[in-house]
Amino acid sequence: MIRDITIGQYYPADSLLHRLDPRVKLFTTVIYIIALFSFKGIVGLALITGFLYYVIKISKVPFRFMTRGLKAIIVLVVITSIFSLLGTPGDIVFWKWKSLQLTDAGIINAVLMTIRLVYLILGTSLMTLTTTPNQLTNGLETALAPLNKFHVPVHSIAMMMSIALRFIPILIEETDKIMKAQMARGADFENGNLIQKAKAMVPLLVPLFVSAFRRAEDLAMAMEARCYNGGEGRTKMKPLKYTQEDYNAYGIVIGFLVLVIIAANVVPFPQ
Amino acid sequence: MGIIKTKGLVHDFIRRDEDDNVESITTALDHVDLDVKEGQFIAILGHNGSGKSTLAKHINALLSATEGTIWVDGMDVSKEENVIPVRKSAGMVFQNPDNQIIANIVEEDVAFGPENIGVPTEEIWERVEKSLGAVRMTKYRNHSPNKLSGGQKQRVAIAGVMAMEPKCIVFDEPTAMLDPNGRKDVLKAAHELNKTKGVTVLLITHYMEEVVDADYVYVMENGKIIMDGTPREIFSRVEELKAHRLDVPQMTLLAHELRQAGLPIPNGILTREELIEAIMKVK
Amino acid sequence: MSIILDKVNYSYSEGTAYHVQALKDINLKIEDGEFIGIIGHTGSGKSTLIQHMNGLIKATSGGIYFHGQDIYDEDFNMKELRSRVGLVFQYPEHQLFETTIFDDVCFGPKNLGLDKKTVELRAFEALRNVGFPHELFYQPPFDLSGGQKRRVAIAGVLAMKPEVLILDEPTAGLDPAGRDEILGLISQMHKELGITIILVSHSMEDVAKYVDRIIVMNQGSVMYDGVPKDVFRQYKELEAVGLAAPQVTYLMHELQEKGLPVDVDATTVEEAKESILAAFR
Repeated sequence: MIRDITIGQYYPADSLLHRLDPRVKLFTTVIYIIALFSFKGIVGLALITGFLYYVIKISKVPFRFMTRGLKAIIVLVVITSIFSLLGTPGDIVFWKWKSLQLTDAGIINAVLMTIRLVYLILGTSLMTLTTTPNQLTNGLETALAPLNKFHVPVHSIAMMMSIALRFIPILIEETDKIMKAQMARGADFENGNLIQKAKAMVPLLVPLFVSAFRRAEDLAMAMEARCYNGGEGRTKMKPLKYTQEDYNAYGIVIGFLVLVIIAANVVPFPQ
Repeated sequence: MGIIKTKGLVHDFIRRDEDDNVESITTALDHVDLDVKEGQFIAILGHNGSGKSTLAKHINALLSATEGTIWVDGMDVSKEENVIPVRKSAGMVFQNPDNQIIANIVEEDVAFGPENIGVPTEEIWERVEKSLGAVRMTKYRNHSPNKLSGGQKQRVAIAGVMAMEPKCIVFDEPTAMLDPNGRKDVLKAAHELNKTKGVTVLLITHYMEEVVDADYVYVMENGKIIMDGTPREIFSRVEELKAHRLDVPQMTLLAHELRQAGLPIPNGILTREELIEAIMKVK
Repeated sequence: MSIILDKVNYSYSEGTAYHVQALKDINLKIEDGEFIGIIGHTGSGKSTLIQHMNGLIKATSGGIYFHGQDIYDEDFNMKELRSRVGLVFQYPEHQLFETTIFDDVCFGPKNLGLDKKTVELRAFEALRNVGFPHELFYQPPFDLSGGQKRRVAIAGVLAMKPEVLILDEPTAGLDPAGRDEILGLISQMHKELGITIILVSHSMEDVAKYVDRIIVMNQGSVMYDGVPKDVFRQYKELEAVGLAAPQVTYLMHELQEKGLPVDVDATTVEEAKESILAAFR
């Protein structure tokens, strides 16, 4: 059931992408998103497609594993595409009904929107697929360390994220279990109107919250017992250190962004 | 003085209503005196609610006493400046394997303790290596804890405590949620640490079979220590154990029943081998 | 006969790298009024198996029949099946949610669409059948001890008046006193209410004492199915798959090897005592 969602689950493998410093991957993801939403024209699209293809290739994550994650958000993609398909005014109008219309610009828009969303999910999920949640939070913590000066509790936030990531699968499994137990007592989570459905959630949410609080209490105690005392004076098993590969990656990514921007200005068509 | 010593230790859980008036007081520990020598394997037995887990938390400075004193490795636990040193010398393994693993990768979880106490990176790697080896989990070092069995998770938790190099480890019902195979593995790991590394072990449990190999046993009820002695001494008192509704290992129980029925079987049989020997002697 | 499983197969995530066949060709017949123990270690498929029996998991292939009716028939009433085949999950006390104990027990019968009076009558009866003290009926369930909470959870299923009650490791995490209480309660429900009981357990000792049929699961298949004595006679094979027969079984076999004429089929302390005493008479 809910357990089938695989978006962003770490996929263990030994690849260049897995080895890269998480800060590089964070930076790359930001650059990739910028490129994805600022490209114009077929050349830009080709550049991004090429980049995405290359990165997926070297990640050693099976493509099928990635697309399984896509299934979960397909509805979202379809809805946004329909909105841009029927809501964009254009030069050539194929069909019109009240405020809905099908135009040339609408079709291009919808195609682009679909591509952007799918690429966005593939690209960003690649980040979490090749980076362990701990590396990821470690990277965020190091990259955002300067914010400490502005009294942002960067370490605590990173620790919370890491714990959340550890417990999400556990809580999902638990939801599954509680749901089944209540179904065994005749509960019905599928039929009925919205209010009935919302009511059916109560037997699910109460035990889930009780359990989450119990776990939180246990965990806090376990952390204290292991001398956890906040970020101060902590050392790291895996401190972040840049290697030549990381510097090269920075170079490639910046080069990629430059190319996309040039392409957008030189060959800004179609659109 | 032993590594863990308590004198007149009392712990009251006080429940208050909305207006901060005392609603009820539950005495979880009632003048407990305990003295554990370094290197021993100690078992504390008792039902749920007997106060055994409260005692464990005191050893780790996770609770503060209402009355009395507790020393860990010679340090008075109630002193603020001793809290971290006490936690360094007395580690703790909890009951629920899921709720004590913090990191998302086995080896990073083992490193959590050493990181907290500021061990340099290189030494962390050495300690992680050693600790995972000691509980035979090296093979799983890069796995996610979610994919492990209960027994394996508990062994990771033990490695995490080991990596802090404590003198003493308190196991708070570490096997209560495990299947028989996981239970065996965890107990084996605890005994090995005790024998090969000389770590003092305090095993809190309600399974009688688990205390048979301990050096000394304390039995708790209603916050008090009601019996103490070697396992053999404790298990010679079958009627008393039954009266407290504690379990008796099957072989001990059978030996007891046979003696009651008139067979000359000695008191305090613990294992199957001992019982067979005793029965064959009757013949 | 109440439940028949015919060549039931079940696999997770078919067609992917994570593909696991959890159940392989299970053929079982469960008769009315039986007291069955299902034994197997973690991952042997026992939890998956019992969830098939009330339709929470649908078999990948094979058929399941309840009183002769195919439960996978389109017009089969699944909700009714779930009320007639009650399933108590592991740590059922973690699933309590209502503000009072009584309301929580009402949840099941209420879902069956019964009128208020019948619902309350059933809840009352169920709580009484699990020996729950009357003065606590309207307390919140969250403050109870582990053993008491578990009683309430069992009452919650009992209130649906099941003909078959399946319990997944009902004694997990309880102390010896709590364990004996719950097992005693289950055995009493079997005797007094005539409910068919299926008890899933790790513990051979517990099972030996109560059940009259044991099903041993190993790697998704039924390894043994028979009366305890017959199953425990295979103690060497059981040990090979990581399951142990009761301590008493080992003792009796070893005594016999040493020449003492004891009954090797004794599985409980009581039986062993009688047999050893008889050997000396």
